[in-house]
Amino acid sequence: MSQPAKPAPPAGRANAKKELSEHFKQYKHVWVFVEQERGHVHPVSWELMGSGRRLADKLGVELAAVVIGPAGEATSAAAAEAFCYGADLAYIVADDVLTDYRNESYTKALTDLVNTYKPEILLLGATTLGRDLAGAVATTLLTGLTADCTELEVDADNSLAATRPTFGGSLLCTIYTLNFRPQMATVRPRVMEMPERVEKPVGRIIEFPLGMVEDDIVTKILAFVPDRDKATSNLAYADIVVAGGMGLNSMENFQLVRQLAGVLGAEYGCSRPLVQKGWVSADRQIGQTGKTIRPKLYIAAGISGAIQHRVGVDGADLIVAINTDKNAPIFDFAHLAIVTDAIRLLPALTEAFRKRLSPHTRDRIAS
Amino acid sequence: MHIVVCIKQVPDSAQIRVHPVTNTIMRQGVPTIINPYDLFALEEALRLRDKFGGEVTVLTMGPPSAEDSLRKALTFGADRAVLLTDRFFAGADTLATSYALASAIRKIGATYGEPDIVFTGKQTIDGDTAQVGPGICKRLDFLQLTYVSKVASLDLAGRSIEVERRSEGGVQVLRSRLPCLITMLEGTNEVRRGTMLNALTAARAEVVKWSAQDAGVEDISKCGLRGSPTVVKRVFAPTARSEKAVVVEPAGRPPAEALIDEIFKLRPKLEADMFELARGF
Repeated sequence: MSQPAKPAPPAGRANAKKELSEHFKQYKHVWVFVEQERGHVHPVSWELMGSGRRLADKLGVELAAVVIGPAGEATSAAAAEAFCYGADLAYIVADDVLTDYRNESYTKALTDLVNTYKPEILLLGATTLGRDLAGAVATTLLTGLTADCTELEVDADNSLAATRPTFGGSLLCTIYTLNFRPQMATVRPRVMEMPERVEKPVGRIIEFPLGMVEDDIVTKILAFVPDRDKATSNLAYADIVVAGGMGLNSMENFQLVRQLAGVLGAEYGCSRPLVQKGWVSADRQIGQTGKTIRPKLYIAAGISGAIQHRVGVDGADLIVAINTDKNAPIFDFAHLAIVTDAIRLLPALTEAFRKRLSPHTRDRIAS
Repeated sequence: MHIVVCIKQVPDSAQIRVHPVTNTIMRQGVPTIINPYDLFALEEALRLRDKFGGEVTVLTMGPPSAEDSLRKALTFGADRAVLLTDRFFAGADTLATSYALASAIRKIGATYGEPDIVFTGKQTIDGDTAQVGPGICKRLDFLQLTYVSKVASLDLAGRSIEVERRSEGGVQVLRSRLPCLITMLEGTNEVRRGTMLNALTAARAEVVKWSAQDAGVEDISKCGLRGSPTVVKRVFAPTARSEKAVVVEPAGRPPAEALIDEIFKLRPKLEADMFELARGF
């Protein structure tokens, strides 16, 4: 058996040339998949619409929304809303077969649309639905797909330059899909900024048939159980987040984080080691393998700030770091730092905030 | 019943360091492990085998050293291990990887019996893409069930399966058909420990090693770097923020109050927002 060669260094791959075949040169325009599930559009769709608008403007092409869902009000409302976030037109595949997300029907709808209208760039949210769909569609179309991008640009020769963290977030790499179209990418919720919503009642709508009936779909939905704990899934969209790391020393001390979060009306989270130790559940993890957050205020208590964590909090408006080690990497990207033991500071901070935010104080400030 | 579990040997990313000067990854001395998410997939496969009978084959693509991970999987109780290794696979992106793995699964099917289910973890901790599972699935033309938290029931005679899968706002309960590909969510089952007996057997067990040719790969140009539509142009370290953090010096005051003052000094609007939020609780 032949001996496997060492993986080629990035420099070797970087020299690959773009030799786009004639057939692919017809591929134009930027598309954003508008993810809706049970009548609710995932906000990541509008975040992507902001990036998509910028890319389309640079390329001088149109931005289209792709809305797939049941026939009726919710689906047309999602398309109308897409115009308010910058879409020039919307492709709609509306069919009651598409009421619930199923890979077979959605893959067919999106693949058929791409093959018919030939977009140059196709963006999806890196959600459970988006990742399930993107992986299937890219393989069906035999094109490139770059996951969890943190930056999307158009380079000098009009190629999509998709930047994503690699090696667990330690480094960033810029990836191109050279000779295949569309160029596909997914982006996690909260990585891109939410664009401003502008009232725009009109936009072109192109309706497209699914070409599939219920009997064609093997997988059946037996039930849907909505999450009971809504707060858990809201971490990414919270205005204030308090999180703890290994500096808290024990599982018991993590309640200090929860107490502060409680007083602030905030969500709480943690860095990866705490999940690995089983102190906090995985859906509370912030960072490269966890959630990306964009709060107005982020308080990191006893978190050293490895790059994996940084990737998840870079969008926060104000990062406050509490750590005993003044050389901890978190102080390189925090806005405010206090060098002290989080275990001692957190209870005092909770108490001080409680006083500052009491109704009595509020009335005083209001008057 | 025959189940194939795809696993990946990954560097323990918690222990990867970047060289401070050259910005390159320092791999030396970084231990490798089975991708932690894949262990939940392997566990679920072993449980189904223990209940319904049959065999579990573990498959990985990687360098010859990936044999370690396969042996580890054998100590957990897998019946057979296949290592797909060839220089033609080097530099593969997710599309090329799914092509090679799907080819190997076809060959495994032809050699050891057609698989009823292919399992993988929801994603790997080094690539984090969650794309290879769906990729393999489409190439095999299996039914795709990702982010599965529970295999609720399996009817081998009726070729039917029921699973619970995570969706954005809740859990979908689905009935689908075999053969299917399932990517397992983490924390869904308690991963067993290897037994002493299995460890002894695993140490002596044969790990089947296949090159691209052995695995019956039809088109070598669809593998590795050549078969990858995506190309890494540039690798770089994240840039440091230009301004350094303002360090709060309590100067004789209670540190908590000094910190709060600084927060509101930097973001005056935040105070009003926080009143709103705090009132909600």
